[in-house]
Amino acid sequence: MNRIESKNLQVYFGDNHILKGITTEIPKNTVTALIGPSGCGKSTFLRTLNRMNDLIPNFKKEGEVLLDGDDIYSPRLDVADLRKKVGMVFQKPNPFPKSIFENVAYGLKIHGHDDKEFIAQKVEESLKSAALWNEVEDKLDNSALGLSGGQQQRLCIARTIATNPEVILMDEPCSALDPISTTKIEDLIQKLKKEYTIIIVTHNMQQATRVSKYTSFFLHGEIVESNFTDKIFVEPKEQKTEDYITGRFG
Amino acid sequence: MGFSKIIPPKIAQKIMNGVFIASGIVTLLILVLILGYILVKGLPAFNLEFIFGNPIDSGKEGGIFPMIVSSLYVTLIAGLIATPFGVGAGVYMVEYANNNRIVRLIRFGAETLASIPSIVFGLFGLAFFVVFLHLGWSILSGGLVLAIMALPTIFQVSEVTISSIPNSYREGSLGLGATKWQTIYKVVLPAAIPGIVTGVILGMTRAISEAAAVMFSVGASIQTPISIFDPGRPLPLHLYMLATEGISLEKAFGTAAVLVILVLIITIVTNLVVDRYQRKIMGK
Amino acid sequence: MQKKKKLVEYLIEKGLFITAIFSIVIILIIFIFIINEGIPAISEYGFLNFIFGMTWAPSDSQFGVFPMIIGSICVTLLSLLMAVPLSLLCAIFMAEVAPDSVRKVLKPVIETLSGIPSVVYGFFGLIVIVPLIREQFGGTGFSMFTASLILTVMVLPTIISVSQDAIRSVPSEYREASLGLGATNWQTIKNIIFPAALPGIITAIILGMGRAIGETLAVIMVAGNVPLIPGSIFDPLRTLTSNIALEMGYATGIHYSALFTTAIVLFIIIIVLLLVAHYFQKKYSMDAYGGHA
Repeated sequence: MNRIESKNLQVYFGDNHILKGITTEIPKNTVTALIGPSGCGKSTFLRTLNRMNDLIPNFKKEGEVLLDGDDIYSPRLDVADLRKKVGMVFQKPNPFPKSIFENVAYGLKIHGHDDKEFIAQKVEESLKSAALWNEVEDKLDNSALGLSGGQQQRLCIARTIATNPEVILMDEPCSALDPISTTKIEDLIQKLKKEYTIIIVTHNMQQATRVSKYTSFFLHGEIVESNFTDKIFVEPKEQKTEDYITGRFG
Repeated sequence: MGFSKIIPPKIAQKIMNGVFIASGIVTLLILVLILGYILVKGLPAFNLEFIFGNPIDSGKEGGIFPMIVSSLYVTLIAGLIATPFGVGAGVYMVEYANNNRIVRLIRFGAETLASIPSIVFGLFGLAFFVVFLHLGWSILSGGLVLAIMALPTIFQVSEVTISSIPNSYREGSLGLGATKWQTIYKVVLPAAIPGIVTGVILGMTRAISEAAAVMFSVGASIQTPISIFDPGRPLPLHLYMLATEGISLEKAFGTAAVLVILVLIITIVTNLVVDRYQRKIMGK
Repeated sequence: MQKKKKLVEYLIEKGLFITAIFSIVIILIIFIFIINEGIPAISEYGFLNFIFGMTWAPSDSQFGVFPMIIGSICVTLLSLLMAVPLSLLCAIFMAEVAPDSVRKVLKPVIETLSGIPSVVYGFFGLIVIVPLIREQFGGTGFSMFTASLILTVMVLPTIISVSQDAIRSVPSEYREASLGLGATNWQTIKNIIFPAALPGIITAIILGMGRAIGETLAVIMVAGNVPLIPGSIFDPLRTLTSNIALEMGYATGIHYSALFTTAIVLFIIIIVLLLVAHYFQKKYSMDAYGGHA
């Protein structure tokens, strides 16, 4: 069954036509990678899925985006509820200027949990799932800003999964990290895909082949080709896709 | 962390939206009320005789021309003196200063200067310029006091503006073999002009609005000052005297309106000019 | 040629250095002159008598400024009590909530409010607020409350614009992260943005406080200027700044000197307030980064 569907999605920022009719389906409990050159619209598409683009003045969209069959842009739907269901990990690690513990507990608290034991247990679980627990268990009260970049990004992932989302959007989550940290995050993605639907935007084609089952190739605001990752990189159907993955432009 | 357990977040959001909008409206209303009242009550006093006439019977009748001249005169002197010092200090801090202790000391000096109440400047002006330097009650004494008051504003805005000029501009110029000063003079300062002008105008609006600082240094003469050694009576001081000595309410409203309009014109014109210059250098 | 160029560069640097230390030189001269003029009153009347004396009666050589110290502190605190909530709400509204079109209206409103000369505020208070207070609450209308209302309006633009800058400089990543977790806008403001902007907001409040305690003529016009400790907020009072402005015009001898001593007391209070404020600023900027980073 398909988790997310978009139908003829058009996105404008003012006069700029960013997405030009995206129609695609994203399957459940697996990893889908969005690739393409800078400015192709892949990040904009990702941020349309949890309505992060609503923050940008003069953002306008046409067409539909469905999550489990429901229109996420329906006026009846609450944006905060949507974002609880569709979590996001950003390009630059962005922990809050609070302690490690408070960073993970934050989402739980804003969603109304106040049982201290429950929160503590959930924080531990989430940090374990994000493969960070062993490194921080004895300094949970320290500022999150004291962690390394890779640790910060895993903290952000822990923060996201603490609120039990169903979908996790990752916007180039490793672009600011060193190779060792990148490996750790990629391993983590492999682990998480059993429970979550993950959509990852990446510049790095090796990364797409390592972590994703499906890949969509974006160019100039359109999807050129979508397929199984091992198909698209081995025998692309479109000339443009082949040009991109063989490095002839981009 | 104070997460509310009683009010659901979505309702809290709605309530707070209402509170925020109300706070914006209250602020707007305060301005409209004060400005509207002063202008509506003051405009009937407006005519050529009021603007260009001399006061008669200590301001009960007649106009406020000498006060307008005094105001512009002291403000101009303040600007002329404070600008080179303020901008120079800003340039030094960004482009030359490399000793952290001196930087901190200078910044602390400017902050302290900015936090001294205007009446204390008034006292100082009396003791130093009027008495000690024998400048007497004069436009020059008043202008010097206002220059000191405007200095920290001009300095702080200049420093911020100059430090926001991208380093690539400097490197571009130095790379062509220009000296440091040539680079500052030909590249950095022109790019920083809009911000510097804004700072100078901010300092000068502070000067033109000031009464407490000049009340013991510029005198209270109602003659039109000609030389910088003549005494005068700037508009804010005139308004203060008209109002507190119960001389004429009508003329007080008129003076308040002139003062407000003067400040508004200065602010609006500067904004327009700075905006145009900015567009020109950015190539739009 | 090369030598001449070097000399010019050297002279310019030294010239600019002189302009830079000018502020410090001025501060020193101000301190020296104010203290020097104030010393006769201190040596004749005694500094402690001066500060804690309850009676100000220059004709009887009584120079106690304690009521004025209390007066200055009272109007400043009362005006901050009213101005801080309104300005912070307004600042958050402008920085985080209002659409661009509304912001474009409010920004010049704030700038204009801050540009209006203080005497004009005082005049408005004298003509409009004083009679209003007299009718509503009795008394003369010249009171601590009236003065505080006028000061509230005067410090609004300072606190709004500086705290707005502080809020805007909170990295948008924090905002996105919080909203991305499903927090409402208000939850994000309350739990993330406000704490992160707190050091800047405290600076804004200090600046507002400085403006309130230093204001002179606007306060004189509405406060009644009686040199007694006010018993209620509807009693008149006199501030330290008012004391100087009211009597400087005719003071001579030891009285003249006592007004400079009043300025010294004002200095001391301002320095103490600045130190207290800096302490809180430091404390909260540590908290914002998790206590012990």
